[in-house]
Amino acid sequence: MQFSPLLVEMRAVWWLFPGIAILHLLGLAILAGAVLLVDLRLLGFGARRVPVAVLARDAERWLKGGLAVMLSTGLLLFMCFATKYYYLAFFWVKMAALAGVIVFTFTVRRRVALADEAGAGGTRRKTVALMSLSLWTTVALGGRWIGFP
Amino acid sequence: MALHESHYVFLVVLAVHVLTLAVFAGTTLMIDLRLLGVAMARAPVSEIAATLLPWSVAGFVVMLVTGSLLFYAAPVLRYENLFFRAKMTALVLALVNAWACHRAIARRIPPWDGDAVPPRHVRLAGGVSIVLWAFVITTGRLIPYQQYWF
Repeated sequence: MQFSPLLVEMRAVWWLFPGIAILHLLGLAILAGAVLLVDLRLLGFGARRVPVAVLARDAERWLKGGLAVMLSTGLLLFMCFATKYYYLAFFWVKMAALAGVIVFTFTVRRRVALADEAGAGGTRRKTVALMSLSLWTTVALGGRWIGFP
Repeated sequence: MALHESHYVFLVVLAVHVLTLAVFAGTTLMIDLRLLGVAMARAPVSEIAATLLPWSVAGFVVMLVTGSLLFYAAPVLRYENLFFRAKMTALVLALVNAWACHRAIARRIPPWDGDAVPPRHVRLAGGVSIVLWAFVITTGRLIPYQQYWF
């Protein structure tokens, strides 16, 4: 795939890889903001006048948008140097954590975040938030490490 | 100095700098989007700020410390880098904007706190903040490319 004419062309355009990498970073800010707002509230930080469920419903739009930017730009970055990444252990750690956190976010975390304040126990909410944060951190760490020479 | 001599130490500091970006830029962006009136419209501005601002500030401190370390690893090279200079200029402007914004609303909760869409000057401050921080991130990411492009 890496040697297909389109991708050889892509690497030849000098600004394309850094350009996509920058979009990947800006997408990170959107995704991280949406994730942190809800997870920090689930952990019990910050003001509590507005229920987590209300914030979680609003934040989901930004979470999905940020994720879409990250996945599309991430795929393009991968395509630029597919054979380098394919043989890196960190790349597979990142992909496994990414698959895991996406499933977790739209099943368990979503159900707990959208549940009534009264309906969910504090420990369960904190566990979900910590799971979410540690999985995303693994994804980000793996991402940083595969970029190193 | 370890930073200068060990490539490994430099990479670890760089990794912390980039990972903390998620915390700093993520929380700042969400506050700015709320000021713009396009996100979390059902929660007052003060509610979003109370939850996110402490993390935004803490993230900034880590960014500043790790960023300074990265600078001191190669001060002359960085100082001569055009992207670095552009980044520092935008950084100062973004901080002035944030400080002015904070000074205007920190003392007491403003009357538009609960408005879904805040007044024009507030939206302007939020928009300016997003543009400037995006510029800081963009030019920061481009710092290593000067040697290839110019």
